[in-house]
Amino acid sequence: MARLSLRGIKKRFKAVEVLHGIDLDVNDRELIVFVGPSGCGKSTLLRLIAGLDQITDGEFLLNDKRMNEVAPSRRGIAMVFQSYALYPHMNVYENMAFGARLMGLSKPEVEARIAEATRMLRLEALLERKPRELSGGQRQRVAIGRALVRKPQLLLLDEPLSNLDAALRSEVRLEIARLHREIGGTTIYVTHDQVEAMTLADRIVVMNGGRIEQFGSPRELYETPANTFVANFIGSPRMAMLGVEREGDRLIAPGIGAISLTRLPSAADREFLMGVRPDGMSISSDMQGEGFAAQVVYTEYLGDSAYVYVKMGEGAPVSIRCTPDTQYAPDMPVKIRVLPDKLHFFSSKTSQRLAV
Amino acid sequence: MRKSVESNTFRTFGWDGLIQILLIGNSIVMLAPIVIMVFSAFKTNAQIFQSPFSIPDFTNVKSILRVWNETDFLLYMGNSLIVTGASIALILILGTMAAYAIARYEFRGSGLILLFFLAGLTLPLKLAIIPLFIQMRDFGLIDSRLSLIFIYVATGLPTTVFIMTGFIRSLPNELEDAARMDGANEARIMWSIMLPLVRPAMVIAAIQNVVPIWNDFFFPLIFIQNNNLKTLPQGLTTFMGEFGTDWGVLFSGLTLSALPIIILYIALSRQFINGMTAGAIK
Repeated sequence: MARLSLRGIKKRFKAVEVLHGIDLDVNDRELIVFVGPSGCGKSTLLRLIAGLDQITDGEFLLNDKRMNEVAPSRRGIAMVFQSYALYPHMNVYENMAFGARLMGLSKPEVEARIAEATRMLRLEALLERKPRELSGGQRQRVAIGRALVRKPQLLLLDEPLSNLDAALRSEVRLEIARLHREIGGTTIYVTHDQVEAMTLADRIVVMNGGRIEQFGSPRELYETPANTFVANFIGSPRMAMLGVEREGDRLIAPGIGAISLTRLPSAADREFLMGVRPDGMSISSDMQGEGFAAQVVYTEYLGDSAYVYVKMGEGAPVSIRCTPDTQYAPDMPVKIRVLPDKLHFFSSKTSQRLAV
Repeated sequence: MRKSVESNTFRTFGWDGLIQILLIGNSIVMLAPIVIMVFSAFKTNAQIFQSPFSIPDFTNVKSILRVWNETDFLLYMGNSLIVTGASIALILILGTMAAYAIARYEFRGSGLILLFFLAGLTLPLKLAIIPLFIQMRDFGLIDSRLSLIFIYVATGLPTTVFIMTGFIRSLPNELEDAARMDGANEARIMWSIMLPLVRPAMVIAAIQNVVPIWNDFFFPLIFIQNNNLKTLPQGLTTFMGEFGTDWGVLFSGLTLSALPIIILYIALSRQFINGMTAGAIK
């Protein structure tokens, strides 16, 4: 049971404010992912929740109880660190027993909990080993085991996959999802990798520059990004952004082309940004009709699909998802057409989403 | 082509060989006095002067027995053990605690405190011997082991704090955070987490201090007059007059007094080398 409430959380390190008022409500049994570029404050926020750093301003409630002044070990929280932070001089069993013993549990209870965590994480064969004798993935499991032994209401994971190789990552990711269901507590997971965030989370907190940009389910974030930052951050390859002008029911991208649309943003702006993901565009060498003119840069073949990168006027190349047999020669002029219901509109002044 | 092969051969055998010769030569220079000291311990006065470099009859332990039975050697050894042991214990305890605070707690002036300790490295304490004597006299510590212990702790702390601060800073912060999450208080973190990890650095600090303290002649000479409180180096000088300088006995005493340090060094050398290379291997 863990409901989490953050009310206007601010954090200052000396003169520098790194979190500018975070408000967040997390329900019981949710798996929440904090995602954002490095330096956005996501790890800082996690450390504030853990109690490892002092909250400068604002209030942190866990099940409606104020936690600001409560010692880290008394919050009912366990944390898995990015470097795992296993005690190097203790073997796996002792690593897990250390915290349990400090909780004042009886010896049989400590042993029962370790046995349970050992079973869940399949650590039976490793109990006598020292951390340096373990592989990266095994260390990771021990670090999680050490957290589980404390039976936390809230489990914090700080970039738990960043030290693993690619093959192991998806495996451990599945493991974490399974554990989260099995434990039945609340989990907060920090990462800078949006794929991890999308695949794991019940809800995602997208952070940037010490603020929350958007909080919602992976689907909400992907389909209705609240602003250009979220639109660019979520989804790979990135969403294409074009500056457009409205003229009646036509949208004109100066120098590139124009399209007619029946559904346009209701806001009064004449100029705004149009965003479209790689799967919202099609490409053809037929230059007739409506669409945007572009020039092929290169084609990326991925087996089940291909991405064609094209240059549309100024700015970074735009990627378009195509069938794998697509083949366009570099520098070839092409026409880009968009699917009207896959368009996103953002104010060019505030970068916020414009409703259609 | 041939030339490069030749120069490679020179690099392997010539250059490495040169280094080997230098190292062997250095070892001989370093070991010779010790070997001669040990040899002389088994010789009579006459033998020492007739053939100082000859290999002695190792069954001739008369000098060693005399040192053991007829002199105050054991008393001096006891004093040395007490003074050195107490000094090293205090240096390690205080030094590690100070270094932990400087390395880990953020507080105003932590840099200054480290500098203050480092300043101690640059002070030749022997220059301050007269004020030091006056101070110890006023404390009533003349002819007391405490005077020596205080001075040794003061001289040992700067290097210890310096070594330990650097070492503790190199340990990951997350270990302490993890222990804090596990519910450990500061004392427990220090004892159960940090102490086992800083042991190599403590061994370095200990060895680095034990040798000069054990061998120190100067401060006991100034502060200790009572024969019952004399340390080994000071006590050994009494052998010179007492026996019309029986060199065999003197060298036996020297050998026996060097023995504990040599044994300690050998016992800790693994840890010592581990500690020195700890940062390099990672």
